[in-house]
Amino acid sequence: MAKVIEVDCSTGVSTERDMTAEEVSAQEAMAAEQAKRQAEAEAEAAATAAAKESANVKLAALGLTADEIAALSK
Amino acid sequence: MSVFLQPIYTQTVGSGGASSITFNNIPQTFTDLFLKVSARDTGAGTQSDFQLRFNGTGSGVTTYSDTVLYGSGSSAVPSRHSGTSVIYISGVPGSSATANTFSNAEVYISNYTSSNYKQVVIDSLGENNATTSFLFIDAGLWRDTSSISSITVVAGVTAIAQYSTISLYGITKG
Repeated sequence: MAKVIEVDCSTGVSTERDMTAEEVSAQEAMAAEQAKRQAEAEAEAAATAAAKESANVKLAALGLTADEIAALSK
Repeated sequence: MSVFLQPIYTQTVGSGGASSITFNNIPQTFTDLFLKVSARDTGAGTQSDFQLRFNGTGSGVTTYSDTVLYGSGSSAVPSRHSGTSVIYISGVPGSSATANTFSNAEVYISNYTSSNYKQVVIDSLGENNATTSFLFIDAGLWRDTSSISSITVVAGVTAIAQYSTISLYGITKG
């Protein structure tokens, strides 16, 4: 198990100790929350990229050149 | 105006890693605090979000919030989190990221001894010479009027990897 490191800035002394059961539980909960956050962010980024690609295809079908389509997002 | 950057402490993680690093009894004599983070997470994933907490606040509080803009190399995505128990230091390479790459993050905490809420600015990245890497700009707020005397950085997934370093500096403006 990874250690908890605590630094006392007033003395410059760094100590290591084992995690408490409460700290282990909190870390597991936060790891789960982080996984959820990352999944949401990745899904949002994928949706944005897909919508952008779809829009570009539709614009090209209307006759816009690649340079003209690129200029729209500058 | 003169600005002085005073090293307070640098902690390097040894073998076995660390679940968290806490700086206690931070001197109350500076104007601002500055944290430099070079780290890697031992947990699975390309990138990890380390957690930043002040004064020993636990997972039950809701006094933190942040607004984030992140880029993955192919898109830029804004996001907002309010009523949270931490501010995130993101972009830390996980075990799936290119070996031997560590994050490069800076955390600036203004007026940490004031009785106002505490503003935090974080820029962090984990470039790893791969198709996907991450860059984060984060504006954080801790809605608490207490002076900051303790800072904790918690690993996002499993543990802060060996050879990671976190340095704390005090900044005096005069």
